[in-house]
Amino acid sequence: MIAKRPGGLRRAILSERERPMPARTSWIPYALIAPSVAFLGALFIIPLVQTVWLSFSAGEGVSLANYQRMANDLNFGLAIRNTFLLTLVVVPLQVILALVMATMVSKLDKGRDMVLWVLTIPLGVSDLAAGLAWLSILQNTGYLNSALYALGVIPGPVGWLSQETPWTLFFGIVLAEMWRATAIVLVILIAGLQLIPKEFSEAAEIFGASPWTRFRKITLPLLKPSLQSALILRTVLAFEVFAVVYALGGRNFPVLAGEAYTWQNENQNYGVAAAYAVLIMAISLAATAVYLRALRTRPEQLP
Amino acid sequence: MADIVIDHVVKDFGTFQALQDVSLVVEDGEFVALLGPSGCGKTTLLRIIAGLETQTAGRVVIGGRDVSGLTPRKRGLAMVFQNYAVFPHMTVFENVAFGLRMQKASTADVKRKVERAAALLHIDSYLDRYPAKLSGGQRQRVAVARALAVEPAVLLMDEPLSNLDALLRLEMRTELKAVLREAGTTTIYVTHDQTEAMGLADRIAVMYGGKIEQIGSPLEIYATPATRFVGGFIGSPPMNFIKVRCEQGIVRIGNITLPCPAGCEDMELGLRGEDAMIAADGSGIPFDVRVVEPMGSHLLLTGSINGQLARIVAPPTATINAGERVALKADPSRLTWIDSNTGRAVGRA
Ligand SMILES: Nc1ncnc2c1ncn2[C@@H]1O[C@H](COP(=O)(O)OP(=O)(O)OP(=O)(O)O)[C@@H](O)[C@H]1O
Ligand SMILES: [Mg+2]
Repeated sequence: MIAKRPGGLRRAILSERERPMPARTSWIPYALIAPSVAFLGALFIIPLVQTVWLSFSAGEGVSLANYQRMANDLNFGLAIRNTFLLTLVVVPLQVILALVMATMVSKLDKGRDMVLWVLTIPLGVSDLAAGLAWLSILQNTGYLNSALYALGVIPGPVGWLSQETPWTLFFGIVLAEMWRATAIVLVILIAGLQLIPKEFSEAAEIFGASPWTRFRKITLPLLKPSLQSALILRTVLAFEVFAVVYALGGRNFPVLAGEAYTWQNENQNYGVAAAYAVLIMAISLAATAVYLRALRTRPEQLP
Repeated sequence: MADIVIDHVVKDFGTFQALQDVSLVVEDGEFVALLGPSGCGKTTLLRIIAGLETQTAGRVVIGGRDVSGLTPRKRGLAMVFQNYAVFPHMTVFENVAFGLRMQKASTADVKRKVERAAALLHIDSYLDRYPAKLSGGQRQRVAVARALAVEPAVLLMDEPLSNLDALLRLEMRTELKAVLREAGTTTIYVTHDQTEAMGLADRIAVMYGGKIEQIGSPLEIYATPATRFVGGFIGSPPMNFIKVRCEQGIVRIGNITLPCPAGCEDMELGLRGEDAMIAADGSGIPFDVRVVEPMGSHLLLTGSINGQLARIVAPPTATINAGERVALKADPSRLTWIDSNTGRAVGRA
């Protein structure tokens, strides 16, 4: 359209484009991101540097003493094992459950928003409160035992969360974590599902794909970017798990963040606590890097 | 045998009726074009045949089997979507191969059929590319190739060539017709390009406002439109409609009289621009020429008959000037008489 018009307008547009950007505008982008940089610097980078510094300083100069002390601690191996075990069990279960729920919710015609709203209520509950809620269910005098007793299944209170029953304790924590944090995965996946036009699935159906095949060959690959976000978010949070574990098991089930807390508050050893914090961050960063690579979507494969 | 019977199909979207009692029979191996303006329900009808949409009332029977309650994949057909729906995460090859893979065809079979479909649609040089790297027209051809590769008994195509340039469209059209005829594929082809419909189809179904206005061969549709809409929609220039009064079987225009079919008084005389000849003796329907456009193969005359706009086609060598009044003659058998009140043709069996 422009090309057809002779003379003035066309020339005006061209010269507009060719004119170099005035120098005075060059600082504007920096000014615009300055507040967030300042914010990040004050509340994230400085504490981060401080923590890293703290973890490497034990009395006289830079050393690995804090890390040595951390690694030699009785609970260290347990905390590593428990944290990874919990992450490896909880995250996949949450993703599978969220996928199933997201598929069902996105099929709803009416009341979709209502269902989604109800399903996301646990997100509004703080993790400590969630832990305490599940404690009131699972503790010796809790609702579960009362119910089982009333039904005549058990003769008296049974300890589910004690040191002697590590597997039921573990299972209880998994349950509480599932209840508390599956919804965040759900929300991300539903948002992702909404971005996939329904024609792709319809075309696959026309050409003979069963519902399961459609899910595997169409929905899942197209959902990969959302899955990646959800996995990164959930995995990082799972490595930081603390309040729920602390409420249900105390130190019967040591986890990395819990150990950091113990060293900080009970042992008053900030150096070792910082070492734990740095370790958690390193693990999270590594996990994020793995997801970013493994679930990479090449730009040409995006819809 | 894969004939399609669409039996009194109705589709409501809430309070809006997208299809009002549509019935259509497509014979085995026949090529039927669904022609109609935007929003008349072509895609909706196709989606109901495919099973992607459930009809509010009526039945769809394919090959003697009532498929009304079956899921799309049990209906054994292929479809080209209006917006292509080419899978973005698969290469062109995998896209075209998709249906064959679902049928668990052998690797050699897949390769052979994909290559044949790709060659037919001239996309064989992009087989390992992703759709995002293709132009709209190339993507559209991938969608057509994907449907052809499965060699379906029934093929539904929703404006499959809309995004191609005129030359390529003409070429694809001819090839498509040859391939589908050879394979004996029962085809429903949606388009709003009338030349495409005329050129390709054994029969054309003209749709308007959720109804089928007329079904017939391209010639029938062209020469004997069943309604005012069909006459005005088909043909370039469209049919001229001149309001007339029919009294005792006679219509007067200018200084001539024409016999008209009985049945009503207020009528419109449908006259195709190509059917009008300029009478040398000056007696005929008076036509005041306002604009003369030389089109090369013919002259396009725009003017008025009895004060009503009309377009007439004249031989390229005719010498007619704007402002002139000429007399038009037409073969009475090629005239269409429309009842002004119903919009339907009258006086035809
Ligand atoms: N899912 C839907 N919900 C409500 N109305 C719809 C829906 N799908 C289609 N319609 C309406 O039904 C009518 C027919 O739509 P359809 O897509 O069949 O038109 P079409 O003939 O294919 O048009 P085009 O040539 O523009 O593709 C339109 O008025 C449209 O607004
Ligand atoms: Mg359409």
